[in-house]
Formats: sequence, structure tokens, C-alpha cells
Amino acid sequence: MIEMPVIYQDKCNGCGLCVNVCSSNTLVLYRNVITFIEAGVCGWCAMCEAVCPTGAINCPYEIVFEESSF
Amino acid sequence: MAIQLETLKSIDHFSGLDRAELEAIKGLMFEVKAGRGEFILHEGEPADALYFVVSGVVKVFKTSSEGKEQILLIVRPGESFNDVPVFGGGVNPCSAQSMGEVVLYGIRTGDMEAVLKTHPRLAMNVMRVLSQKLRHMVSLVEDLSFKHVTARVAKILLEYAGDGTGPKPKLTQQEMAAMAGTAREMIGRSLKDLEEEGMIKMERHRIVITDKEALQRLAGIVL
Repeated sequence: MIEMPVIYQDKCNGCGLCVNVCSSNTLVLYRNVITFIEAGVCGWCAMCEAVCPTGAINCPYEIVFEESSF
Repeated sequence: MAIQLETLKSIDHFSGLDRAELEAIKGLMFEVKAGRGEFILHEGEPADALYFVVSGVVKVFKTSSEGKEQILLIVRPGESFNDVPVFGGGVNPCSAQSMGEVVLYGIRTGDMEAVLKTHPRLAMNVMRVLSQKLRHMVSLVEDLSFKHVTARVAKILLEYAGDGTGPKPKLTQQEMAAMAGTAREMIGRSLKDLEEEGMIKMERHRIVITDKEALQRLAGIVL
């Protein structure tokens, strides 16, 4: 399964700033609901998380040691 | 599109102003549109206008002589940038670049000075906004000793790294910032520095620690 940023719809105020800054055009605001339109395209730049004023979108990182990443 | 009075009301500088005051200011403003990644201001160039974000997001940053970028502010709708040279004189201390499609309202330095002289409520708003920005900058200055912040980030990465024995929580940059007691902008800078030093590798949704010993030395962990 492709990892995707996490959206908390209850925190989202529909401002659309995340859609505005998304460099891979992966995010869309439809009827005030933020959603991803293409799972594999997101480059994880985390700009959506940076600009969100309510913390409604998170780009969590898994932290691993190189030898355990296989 | 003409300058909208309703949009002016949502801008911090103009909050609480009456219709007549807003109409006077509206007549002096101009609209600017920028595409993704477009530079609105360049660091070091003469400053000619104060800008307000109407839609979209602008990042304000400085660039070092080695080309390293440090984001100082992310400017959202209703907020301003380029206040310092407009009110204090001098050149743009920072660059400003659109992060997506943006619409801005601008007012030239001379016009802003004229309006401030005749509208004391505007002057009070400007002082309040500048105070808030100054507070933010003081906090950033506290964090701008890169070694300390990067060392704290190194420690966090080591604490949260999975070793394959069980699930570990994933961390967002916002969470790392809260743990390190710093601004989110500093985390991005620190992660880039660690990657350049060869201690970590940034993958799509993973941070891979490639030099554990170097990271431990940076974090001040003595074995």
C-alpha cells in the first residue's frame, strides 16, 4: 500500500492552502473535503503540512536505521 | 480584478477601520498575481511596496553565500510581507517567492506613509502587527544556532528510530519541532543539513539513518 499524508477532516477548515502549494497536484478540495486524487504521485515535500493553519494534514516520517530498512 | 473592500477588511493591518478609511486605502492599492515558484521580491533589491496575501501562500526567506535557504516566515491570506523596508527604509532584507498560485494586494511605500499620517488607527494596527512579527523573529533568532537545533534533532531521530523489534511511532516535522523546542522551519533546515553531512537519507516517507555513530556524536551521546 502506498503511504500517503494523513488528513484530519474534522480539523480541516476548507481554506485550500494545501491544494494551492501542492507541487505534485495530488490534492483536491471537493465540496469542502480535502482528498488525494493520485496516490503514487505525492512526493512527500510536506509543504501541505507546513502551510496548513489548523494542523489538519500530517506527513509523518518513519525513522529507521539503514541496516533495518531492507 | 479590482481591489475588494471585503478582502481589505480581512487583512490584519486594516482590521477595525471604517468604510471611509478603507475606501481611501483601496484607491492607493494595486493587485499582483504570481504563479507557482515566482519571485515577488529579491533580497537586496530596493523595496518599493508593502504586500498583502489575498489568496495562496508566500514564503519569505534569506539565502546564505553558500546558497542555503532559511525560511523566516510563511505568509498566509490576510498577512503581509516586506514591512521592514517599507516602514524603516533600506532594501528588501529577504526574498519572497510564491508557493502556489497567489494573488497579492500591494501599496507603494510613499502611499503607505501618506496614509499612516492621516489614519492613526492604521498606525496602531501596523505597530501591533510589527510587534507580533518581532516576537516571532526573536524566537527564531534563539533557534538560529544551527548546531544546537540540529543536535536536538539528531537526538530525536536516534530515540525514535526503529530497530525492527517492534513498531515505533512516526513523527511529523511539526512534532519534531515541538519536541526540539524550535520552529518547524528549523526542522526542515536541520534535516537537510544532516542529509548533506551524510548522516541521514530522506526518502519519500522515511528518514533513514545512514551514519548512526556520527549522529550519536552530534547528539552528544557518549558510548
